[in-house]
Amino acid sequence: MAMLIFTVCGSFWLEIVFKIGVLRRIKRVALSVLPISACFLAWDAYAISQGHWFFDREQMLGIVGPFSIPLEEYLFFIVVPMAAIMTIEGVTTVKPHWRKDEFGE
Amino acid sequence: MIYSDIAIIAFSIAVMADLFLFKNSLLTRPAFWTSYAIILPFQFITNWWLTSKNIVMYDPDAIVGLRIFSAPAEDLLFGFALILGVMDMWEFWGRRGMQRDPRSSKSKDKNDKN
Repeated sequence: MAMLIFTVCGSFWLEIVFKIGVLRRIKRVALSVLPISACFLAWDAYAISQGHWFFDREQMLGIVGPFSIPLEEYLFFIVVPMAAIMTIEGVTTVKPHWRKDEFGE
Repeated sequence: MIYSDIAIIAFSIAVMADLFLFKNSLLTRPAFWTSYAIILPFQFITNWWLTSKNIVMYDPDAIVGLRIFSAPAEDLLFGFALILGVMDMWEFWGRRGMQRDPRSSKSKDKNDKN
């Protein structure tokens, strides 16, 4: 959980300082994050079921969602992708000429 | 399949999709690599935290065994695929005119029905 808060603190300030307006474009965020996260959550579910990785229950909130995936993992696949979007939006705000290729304009 | 196999597959799919499926490859653009260079150290920090404190643990039989800052090397492929996939989707919707403008939540493209 601390790791997730760290990620939020590390990226969401871009929203205010650079006015990247990612949170305002929540529909585009959702449509970008959810399809990819769904794939990764399927991977997560498989890896947990196969014991590829496992978690220390003592160091977690202890809330486990569907497919034996802990709440933190679900949040991870929302927070980390949003941080990624904010990063590239922050970069293209500082370097607007890199935005040119974005829409082939 | 172990973590290593799936990580390589996920990485390959993300790279192939970026190069050939999405018309405007992020992998050829400085905006992506600059963003990745910013994200990577943070991934090392958070991954190191999660693995060195044994919050997340890995079956030794599911990974190759090479560790970078305490985290399995496979995590780099995992993170790369996740970030590239999400950014590609973000660009995909942007190119289709969805919510391009940071100052407005409205879509401008006539093709977008919202």
